[in-house]
Amino acid sequence: MSMLQVSLYRYNPETDSAPYMEEFQIDTQDRDIMVLDVLHMAKEQDSGLAFRRSCREGVCGSDGMNMNGKNGLACITPLSEVVKKGKLTLRPLPGLPVIRDLVVDMSLFYKQYERIQPYLQNDNPEPAIERLQSPEDRDKLDGLYECILCACCSTSCPSFWWNPDKFVGPAGLLQAYRFLADSRDEATQERLAELEDPFSVFRCRGIMNCVAVCPKGLNPTRAIGKIREMLLANAT
Amino acid sequence: MVTNITNLGRSGLSDWLLQRASAIVLALYSLFLVGYLLFSPGLDYAAWSGLFAQTWMRIFSLLAFVSLAAHAWVGLWTVTTDYIKPTGIRVAAQSIIILAIFVFLVWGIQVLWGA
Repeated sequence: MSMLQVSLYRYNPETDSAPYMEEFQIDTQDRDIMVLDVLHMAKEQDSGLAFRRSCREGVCGSDGMNMNGKNGLACITPLSEVVKKGKLTLRPLPGLPVIRDLVVDMSLFYKQYERIQPYLQNDNPEPAIERLQSPEDRDKLDGLYECILCACCSTSCPSFWWNPDKFVGPAGLLQAYRFLADSRDEATQERLAELEDPFSVFRCRGIMNCVAVCPKGLNPTRAIGKIREMLLANAT
Repeated sequence: MVTNITNLGRSGLSDWLLQRASAIVLALYSLFLVGYLLFSPGLDYAAWSGLFAQTWMRIFSLLAFVSLAAHAWVGLWTVTTDYIKPTGIRVAAQSIIILAIFVFLVWGIQVLWGA
């Protein structure tokens, strides 16, 4: 038999007093399909099922969720990677308020992203065409700019779970370093001054869940280490 | 920028650096004491007392005590801010921790420098 047992987190605040897990039997016909395909099949059985998805190819970052205990993008995670003993359990990203089923409220995540001012700051007059960068300086942005803000890393981070209002979180800090490392950005001092308190950066305890779950293979822990180095160089 | 007033250094950066520096001191002190005990099989009170009577050992011990106090302050402050959400209980817990650290530090110095 090729039936896959899928356990789905269900919660509709308008009708349910508490969240519950609902079992679905999905016929995968023994194909190694993506978790998102399984969700679409479940939605055929219950059209009330709510989840986010858009590009379905790991570019937009909409369908971050917790699959058998590990965060990832449902659209690029094949069943063979997550299913254990014919069972698949899908829950919303941990640590954020649930709006409905697998849909979470990302306000705190975006608030922390906004806090690090994720845009180039340079008060010099703009050159006629563009601000140029040497190939070496451009290389420093590799591994930083690729982030799609799916929130898989920040919502797998215990430090972010305990203090989502004060700790910027791995996603935000990766972007903070992306602008600290940019040769065209001139707000380095202001950015560093914003980050030297005990929470924003230093609540990172090097657990490295962020590195383990990032669907793009990025390394926020290394970026956080680089920010610490910059803070130290600046203050000693 | 998140403002904090009950952490040791008033800055995440200085707390972080103190935590690492004190960890190195504590590691060296622990290694030394374990090594000393391992390589002194017939240890008696006179030898033990003699060790702590020497100036360098007193400096080393005092450094270790101060490092322990700083390390505990930074570490336990972090634990209280992670897990104790009601402000009143958190401030009370932090006050008790800081008071205890102070008492233990003075007590340790008295043991070290006393008769």
